[in-house]
Amino acid sequence: MIYDEILVRYGEISTKGKNRKLFIERLRANVQYVLKGFPNLKIIAQRDRMYIKLNGENFDEIAVRLKKVFGIQSFSPVMRIGKDLEEVKEKSVQLMESLNASGKTFKVQAKRVDKEYPHRTNELNQILGGHLLTSIENLKVDVHNPDLELKVEIRKDAAYLTCEVIKGAGGLPVGSGGKAMLMLSGGIDSPVAGFLAMRRGLQIEGVHFFSPPFTSERSKQKVLDLSEKMAQVSGKFILHIVHFTELQQEIIQNVPENYTMTVMRRMMMRITDEIRERRKGLAIVNGENIGQVASQTLESMYAINEVTNTPILRPLLTYDKNDIIELARDFDTLETSNRPYEDCCTIFVPAQPKTNPRRDKVNLYETYFDWEPYIEKAVESIETIEITGSNNKKEVNEFTDLF
Amino acid sequence: MIYFDNSATTKPYPEVLDTFVKVAGQFFGNPSSIHHLGLQAEKLLSQAREQVASLLKVDPEEIIFTSGGTEGNNFVLKGVAQSYKNRGKHIITTSIEHPSVQNVCEQLKAEGYTITYLPVDKNGQIRLSDLQNALTNETILVSIMHVNNEVGAIQPIKEIGQLLAKFPKVFFHVDYVQGAAKVPLDFHSCFIDFATISSHKFHGLKGTGAIYKRKGIKINPLLAGGGQEADFRSGTENIAGIVAMAKALRLAMAESESKQNELFAIRDYLISELDKIEDVSINTPKIAAPHIVNFSVEGYKAEVLVHEIEKNQLYLSTTSACSSKIDEPSQTILAMGLGESRASSSLRISLSYSNTMEEAKKAVQIIQQAIENLKPVMRR
Repeated sequence: MIYDEILVRYGEISTKGKNRKLFIERLRANVQYVLKGFPNLKIIAQRDRMYIKLNGENFDEIAVRLKKVFGIQSFSPVMRIGKDLEEVKEKSVQLMESLNASGKTFKVQAKRVDKEYPHRTNELNQILGGHLLTSIENLKVDVHNPDLELKVEIRKDAAYLTCEVIKGAGGLPVGSGGKAMLMLSGGIDSPVAGFLAMRRGLQIEGVHFFSPPFTSERSKQKVLDLSEKMAQVSGKFILHIVHFTELQQEIIQNVPENYTMTVMRRMMMRITDEIRERRKGLAIVNGENIGQVASQTLESMYAINEVTNTPILRPLLTYDKNDIIELARDFDTLETSNRPYEDCCTIFVPAQPKTNPRRDKVNLYETYFDWEPYIEKAVESIETIEITGSNNKKEVNEFTDLF
Repeated sequence: MIYFDNSATTKPYPEVLDTFVKVAGQFFGNPSSIHHLGLQAEKLLSQAREQVASLLKVDPEEIIFTSGGTEGNNFVLKGVAQSYKNRGKHIITTSIEHPSVQNVCEQLKAEGYTITYLPVDKNGQIRLSDLQNALTNETILVSIMHVNNEVGAIQPIKEIGQLLAKFPKVFFHVDYVQGAAKVPLDFHSCFIDFATISSHKFHGLKGTGAIYKRKGIKINPLLAGGGQEADFRSGTENIAGIVAMAKALRLAMAESESKQNELFAIRDYLISELDKIEDVSINTPKIAAPHIVNFSVEGYKAEVLVHEIEKNQLYLSTTSACSSKIDEPSQTILAMGLGESRASSSLRISLSYSNTMEEAKKAVQIIQQAIENLKPVMRR
């Protein structure tokens, strides 16, 4: 089935007032970025709808990408056809058949924008409905709850047919709500937290703590792959990789064992906050979930959060683990997250980490050693990678001629 | 030389050989090794998986690499039979399957499974009503080939899939070895649970293949061991062959898109010209793949004809390569009800996208001449 354009319906943006233009412009830019690989597309963003003219590009491939863009309620492929009644009839049957209409219920909703068209709206409904009923087996009319709703719009230039409504990702356009840093470990939770933050319009940059040789190249690759999944939503994703080995080893050697985890989290928070400052972000997002592990008890959060007054957003705070896994499946990160490599959070875990660390104690232990030069060094050695959603990672290009 | 035996095997694309040599020489690491060389090999493997999956319009996790068509068919049939025997022990297949399905069914039969072989009509297609009647509460698997390797007949896979979708306890396996890169098939929309492909049938190398296994289905592996391929197929991955297959599939599918009409034209030319020759009857039905022409020269021994034709550097085969060594009538042609005499005198031309109309014209002359030459000896 060859479609000519896509009609995009906005999600929550439509409730916005004077900022609406900004939201729509942001969505248009995101859509454009995600669909960069299709040079013939033309995107027209209007106040209430967006139209993407396909100009011969493949709808199915575009739909896969469009489904992931936040800020879209739903979208529909549209056929542009001649206005001749016979053609409209024939193409309607074709479209309905391609959607396996047999055995389903339907209704026709015609709209005559071109008032010079010889058939009136109700007449069109009847003619097309009748034609479909006789042409397709086992098709029934149901005007209240139809399985398929064929919309026919007769405009000056042509007739437009649309039927399928594909659900979008909802939420607000990424980037319409400011920038935040995401602490990205590679586990199940942190990418989900990132997606949820993006769904509320935040622009996200990742911070990953890399500790070779304690964590492997594969665990870094895992984070790169997760970043790519996020880039498919926003067009591009910036990842900061912090070389954490040295600092982590100092912590192990200079802090009482049951407090190493708490101190390590505080260091990570300090470094992330420093990156946030430099990147002009306004918040830190992480995958913390209350009570899940020792570092995520309320006492731990209280002790760790002390190092900064930047807002720490925890989208997963109150979710159950099963719900988080379900979300990871929806965002298609579960399989990648499940790869069994050590990450910064799973190495050097003390045998009995404190679940109720105290601020006074952790502050005392931190005075035993001069951390500043190490923190500074970690911040200075950051490796910043820009990942785009279209699979052009450096390593992949190295192999391109083999495929 | 005119090579018209592409259903037996194809000549690898030069680009595919380049890839194989480069990967085998430079990226020889074991993908399970934890060091850098292993990681590189692992990346190649996952990129190959992504490419094969996207070409077949499925998810990467739905692709399992194998050693080829025979392993794929064995894995699916034996895996389903073993894993779901508590559900039932009945398998339905057709009377025109490749030996790697048929003989596995015979093995399973010896182990106490019941096998139903669906008959085909004179067009080489099964009837949906036969399939519907054959289904029982005990049925666990229906295995039906897409393009028949001997005559090119295409089964109504979509309709079969739609019918079987109403029986959620029955798995649907399609032997897609002859169809891949020749006749498009959408696994998801046809409700297919398993499909088998083999690299050397589309200009890749022998010893590599893949199966599509719908997400979520669990069956016992044929090969147990180190747990490669998500535990479904152990054994160190043949990275060079797998990457070469991904490339071959991409190139072959691109050719299939641009040269499909040309191939049909060559096939139709061969059918209409061969049909004009006295004693020749065409066995390939109307609904058939673009690359196979099967015909019988009644009264002639097929093997003798192949050798006579071969003298002029035209290579084709008697029935399928796998069974042509045994002097047996073609099972498929017998099943189509075309008679013993046609079944034992049948020849198969199988084309690829690199064959040309000029070759077809020359081939017709060579075949005609060969029949002419043998006439005094062969005709009673």
